[in-house]
Amino acid sequence: MKKIIKLEGLCCANCAAKIEEGVKKIPGVKEASLSFMTQRLTIEAKEGMEDTVVEAARKITHKIEPEAEFKVLR
Amino acid sequence: MTKKQKKMVFRLAASAVFFAAAVVLEKSSALAWIPFILSYLLAGYDIPLKACRNIAKGQVFDENFLMTIATFGAIVAGALEEAVAVMLFYQVGELFSDYAVNKSRRSIKELMDINPEYANLLKDGIEEQVDPYEVNVGDTIVIRPGEKVPLDGIVIRGNSSLDAKALTGESVPVEVGEGSNVVSGSINLNGLLEVKTTKLFDDSTVAKILELVENASSRKAKAENFITRFARVYTPIVVILAVMLAIIPPVVLGDGWGVWVYRACSFLVVSCPCALVISVPLSFFGGLGAASKQGILLKGSNYLEAIACLDTVVFDKTGTLTNGRFQVSDVAPVHGERERLLELAALGEYHSNHPIALSVKEAYGKPVDPERIRAVEEIPGHGIHAQIQADGGWHELYIGNQKLMEQQQIVIDTPSEIFGTALYLADERGYLGVIVISDTIRSDVPEALKGLRSQGVQSLVMLTGDKEDVGKAVAEKLGIDQVYGNLLPGGKVEKVEQLLTQKPFGKTLAFVGDGINDAPVLARADIGIAMGGIGSDAAVEAADVVIMDDEPSKIVDAIQIGKKTMGIVRQNIVFAIGVKVLVLVLVALGYASMWAAVFGDVGVSVLAILNAMRALLYKGKSAH
Repeated sequence: MKKIIKLEGLCCANCAAKIEEGVKKIPGVKEASLSFMTQRLTIEAKEGMEDTVVEAARKITHKIEPEAEFKVLR
Repeated sequence: MTKKQKKMVFRLAASAVFFAAAVVLEKSSALAWIPFILSYLLAGYDIPLKACRNIAKGQVFDENFLMTIATFGAIVAGALEEAVAVMLFYQVGELFSDYAVNKSRRSIKELMDINPEYANLLKDGIEEQVDPYEVNVGDTIVIRPGEKVPLDGIVIRGNSSLDAKALTGESVPVEVGEGSNVVSGSINLNGLLEVKTTKLFDDSTVAKILELVENASSRKAKAENFITRFARVYTPIVVILAVMLAIIPPVVLGDGWGVWVYRACSFLVVSCPCALVISVPLSFFGGLGAASKQGILLKGSNYLEAIACLDTVVFDKTGTLTNGRFQVSDVAPVHGERERLLELAALGEYHSNHPIALSVKEAYGKPVDPERIRAVEEIPGHGIHAQIQADGGWHELYIGNQKLMEQQQIVIDTPSEIFGTALYLADERGYLGVIVISDTIRSDVPEALKGLRSQGVQSLVMLTGDKEDVGKAVAEKLGIDQVYGNLLPGGKVEKVEQLLTQKPFGKTLAFVGDGINDAPVLARADIGIAMGGIGSDAAVEAADVVIMDDEPSKIVDAIQIGKKTMGIVRQNIVFAIGVKVLVLVLVALGYASMWAAVFGDVGVSVLAILNAMRALLYKGKSAH
């Protein structure tokens, strides 16, 4: 399942790279990409693990860039 | 500017005033530290706070922490003026990059301002403004002048011209009337249109394009991944070096601590990789934006990188190099006039709707009297036999291919070169002549191929399902290097795989098709380019690069944009790393002050970002 998340207010490119790196390491994540320019985090998660993955991604984002608002688009 | 940015401008302006006052006071007063500290706090009171907060969360080594240590260290080492300047300029750099990023985000959004906000749904004679998502297939919608077409559909009433510039980059409006297809995202210029929708909003062109553009920067180029990997090792290395610089020389050489702590702090100022990490994706983003402005959609930054080193371009013939429309290209009667032979052919083909028959009738161009035709008999795989009234009597006319002539034992003289389909004519008195029908070459193909050559493409290849000699004739006319004919779709994949092994290392191969029946080949090539993407879901789905209209010359634009973007990316990487390393060396040796470090951080950031923003500017071929 593909999850698309908008990180509104993401304003540090280096943090974006760190968040992407962190999300890739979450168990159940097959592929993840965070575009700093479009502020879109795309996660390809294993079937049935979407919710836990999204929660873990939210935690990582909050830790690295607390200013960014974490909005799950779909 | 956002509210946050405006507040920051105010803070920094006040900070700068205090800084200037402090510099003036420094010579004459012992109290100069007061405006210095005020200046520091105004510019960056939140940086040490953020550093503490992030350390509490387990985030060490972020730029807040580095800046805090660098400035505090400088104060301890007695360089108050520099410490304040570092903080002030660091914040100016941050503000500038924030502004630049927002600006290019906005300009791309404007460029892609094709999303319709509403649709005017017509139900039982009453018009209602609804969300495009709520419109079903087969509903009728009304589009007024000035409004965007919200969903794909067919015009059922009205005439107008549509501006599809945002979609295709083509500035000439398209005329539409009853029965025309309209594409969502284009703008209705003058007439009122009633349109019957053919797709749901999710499946419509505009939704597909927006999805594609939004997703594009998620597929990252190698250069982008390189820079994030570099940043991950760069900061820790510089920090470790700074610590060593602060400790080792005083301990080993017995020098004073002040000098070396000052140099170590300068190291920390340069340790932030921000310039690189921002400027590279910003360049690619600009490149993608510049391409979409030309009606070229790339599905990822990686394709911008790939298209910049294109070596082989493989074209599908029909529908790509040629229009896929048949036209009479030669009329060769044995006796008499060409017009007469065409008339006979038009009579014989009168009842047929085959594309070849249609092109014959089109070439003849005059109405045909159906009374002059009788006993029409179609001979499958061969042609047509009919009785035709001509020259004051009825004749047995045979029109068809070579097999038909052989069957009727008619001796024909085969023209030496046939680049198309030959239609032979004969009657009971014997052979009458031949009409050749062939596909026409797209008007901008010669220019496109010339452009590809000048962009460094070494090998141009054509694949076709047609007969090889037909293909060869087209290729020769256009100056294409290699031709492979009689190919089934599977054969095209094999040929592309073979060509992929032949291209030089580090170079790429593109396949250009119309997206119909060639999805496997598009997927197999390094870059699959689909033409005429507008309204063709298959093409948008299968390709890596979609050219919205059907001009092959847009590939040349794509290469130029790719090359320009890659050039900017390379300049930024070399410039930023080069300056940073140079500053580090000079600082370590004591040849440069903390002011140089400020330039190595903020100055480089600002210059790299300004350079990156050039990627968005591409004027198109016409400007060259």
